[in-house]
Amino acid sequence: MTDETTHAVAFTPEDLPTAKSFFVPHRIVMMLVFAAFVVAVAVFMRWDWLPRYLPRLGWGILVSLVMLFSTAILGFLLAVPIGLVQVTGPWFLKLPAKIFCTVIRGTPLLLQLWLLYYGLGSLFPQFPAIRQSFLWPYLREAWPYGVAALTISFAAYEGEVMRGAFAGVPPGELEAAKAYGMGRWAMFRRIWLPRAIHRALPTLNGETVLQLKSTPLVATVTVVDVYAVISKVRQETFLTYEPLLLLALIYMCLTGILVVAFRTFENRIPTRGA
Amino acid sequence: MAADSLINWGLLSLNAPGWGGVLLQGFFNSIQIAVGGFTLGLALGIGGAFGKLYGGPVLRDLLECYTTVVRAVPELVLILLLYYAGTDLLNQVLALFSIGPVDISGLMAGIFVIGVVQGAYSTEVLRGAIKAVPAGQIEAARAYGMSPTKVLRRITLPAMLPYAIPGLSNLWLIATKDTALLAVVGFSELTLVTRQAAGTTKAYLLFFLAAGALYLALTLVSNVFIGMLERHARRGFAESR
Amino acid sequence: MKKALKVLAVAAAIAVSGGVAASAEALKVGVAAEPYPPFTAPDASGNWEGWEVEFMNAMCAEAKLECVLTPVAWDGIIPALTSKKIDMIISSMSITDERLKTIDFSDKYYNTPTGIIGTKGVDIKSTPESLNGKTLGVQVSTVHQAYAAKHFAPAGVEVKEYQTQDEANNDLAAGRLDAVQADAIALKAFLATDQGKECCDYKGDVAEDVAVIGPGVGVGLRKGETELKDKVNAAIKAIRDNGSYDTFSKKYFDFDIYGE
Repeated sequence: MTDETTHAVAFTPEDLPTAKSFFVPHRIVMMLVFAAFVVAVAVFMRWDWLPRYLPRLGWGILVSLVMLFSTAILGFLLAVPIGLVQVTGPWFLKLPAKIFCTVIRGTPLLLQLWLLYYGLGSLFPQFPAIRQSFLWPYLREAWPYGVAALTISFAAYEGEVMRGAFAGVPPGELEAAKAYGMGRWAMFRRIWLPRAIHRALPTLNGETVLQLKSTPLVATVTVVDVYAVISKVRQETFLTYEPLLLLALIYMCLTGILVVAFRTFENRIPTRGA
Repeated sequence: MAADSLINWGLLSLNAPGWGGVLLQGFFNSIQIAVGGFTLGLALGIGGAFGKLYGGPVLRDLLECYTTVVRAVPELVLILLLYYAGTDLLNQVLALFSIGPVDISGLMAGIFVIGVVQGAYSTEVLRGAIKAVPAGQIEAARAYGMSPTKVLRRITLPAMLPYAIPGLSNLWLIATKDTALLAVVGFSELTLVTRQAAGTTKAYLLFFLAAGALYLALTLVSNVFIGMLERHARRGFAESR
Repeated sequence: MKKALKVLAVAAAIAVSGGVAASAEALKVGVAAEPYPPFTAPDASGNWEGWEVEFMNAMCAEAKLECVLTPVAWDGIIPALTSKKIDMIISSMSITDERLKTIDFSDKYYNTPTGIIGTKGVDIKSTPESLNGKTLGVQVSTVHQAYAAKHFAPAGVEVKEYQTQDEANNDLAAGRLDAVQADAIALKAFLATDQGKECCDYKGDVAEDVAVIGPGVGVGLRKGETELKDKVNAAIKAIRDNGSYDTFSKKYFDFDIYGE
């Protein structure tokens, strides 16, 4: 996915408003209208269920965040070699990496998740060796499948980004490193990787927001994240709009926090020139 | 049993004991929703992009809210909200114009839901593309005395296309994959019928792999067309990237 | 601007009404979009079949209603009814006080016991003590989930919730669950399949609790639609009396599924 598309489908740091931008007459009026709307929602809709579910909602948010960060980190660690071999690797590494990216990016994540959980998951117990192994208590749970599916998906999308980033590092910089007598590993570690990550950073932000937007899918395989908690509220109270509105609000806050964090992080990275 | 379920290709046959026909019907539904949703999204996106660039301050802010919400909230949540609330809302809007409530089919609801999500994405893609059109070209058209609609039709839309096509083709691919999320509201698209087939026959791997192959084929075929389209739109451009 | 909006709205209305083939009078009957044999399950040509489909056809024919079967996600089936996406629920939904707060029900049209199945060879019974420390699967928003939450969860049973019954059964076969609680007939249908025969057996009915399990399964209706409710109730009574209920039930069961 190109940089621009990621920006188009995910909320990114450049979309953050500044504090000053709110003090424009029409915006103040709009905010008042919106505040009235919020008050109306709070007063006229049913929220009496909220206190009962607060602790569970907190846990759900935590599970969602753990899912997000663990899979983004694992996925990124996979994405670096996937991107690298597509730029410099021999064909027998390049081809599988290319196929991996194409297949994962060409099929819906929901289908991949169900394939892992219901497809692969129902095969495992038929092998007594797996059933008796130390892994079985984990394979019985749902979360490893959620983590695996999200990690694979992130690795494929981010692998493509890293491929572009590695390819985009100016050859002159690499040649300069060689001229300094750096070995291949030193050159990769000191020049190529940091420069590539730097180039990929804006897209990485967007991809991480996209990953947050993908996490609720794990609720469909019995992982109890914030989405699952809200589903539970919907089922127990038979309310439709209130829990979903709250859920949308929760995700907007999470995205907002994530994006602010990214901007702070980005600002701390020194950049020279344009 | 594992071996059986892996190699029982008969389950995929197109006629009754096999589920191939049902799968293809679901695939057809998915494509219909993707095409409809993408088209609706494009229409919303053109309106949204022009509104964001040339509209009044209030319109611009409202559009900003729309694109921000859609880009910050998971599609799955939006789909649930729009699926239940959207059709209610449409009927209420129609009632305002004193048109009786209409019966909304699952297909229409699906197209509407995907379309609203895609609309926000295309607004952003198209806004970027319009901004990439050199201002001089639009000014020149105005100087020739073209009316705003004529400028739009003859200059802005054709000139922005090469910039918009890469982003829009990505959105098309996203649309085809987002249709799978409608499985969660019980719409009979490919992913849901696959799960029904898999659940009934217990051949989970076979059916999920088959559905994956169908989605992948759609993506690959789309990519071929996108490549052709891109070359066509970029003719006369200096090769840069 | 307003005119343009109106044109748009009319265009949308035409597009939308063009999208539905069925006439406005046809009633959409919601069923859960998942295989739930022997009650409702899609066959390989995409048609829905099973006892409940035959019940629906017989009942609608008797009440002279035009019914169209409409698959809906189970966990959203009540919102679908209240937001008028569907007009009736015929999906093995038990009549409970909790649901009666939101929707209305016809008289019951079947009633069966609730039971528990578990992994073969493992000695468990359908009692809270016996399931202590075990993982029990139930389908969300069912009476079984409510029952498990009330009787099993406090006794140290880990209750895991599934969107569909089929997924719970599958996870039991895959060894991710120790037991599954559900409608006894649906469970016995699962035990009769190859997968069920291989993995599991019936551990027994659970102890009665009418307050949670309810008096049986009824047709879900929107509140206030008494005319439709009367028609449905009359039709259920009529097909019970004229024997057609027994005729199609015999194809599936060797006992009277209607219960007491």
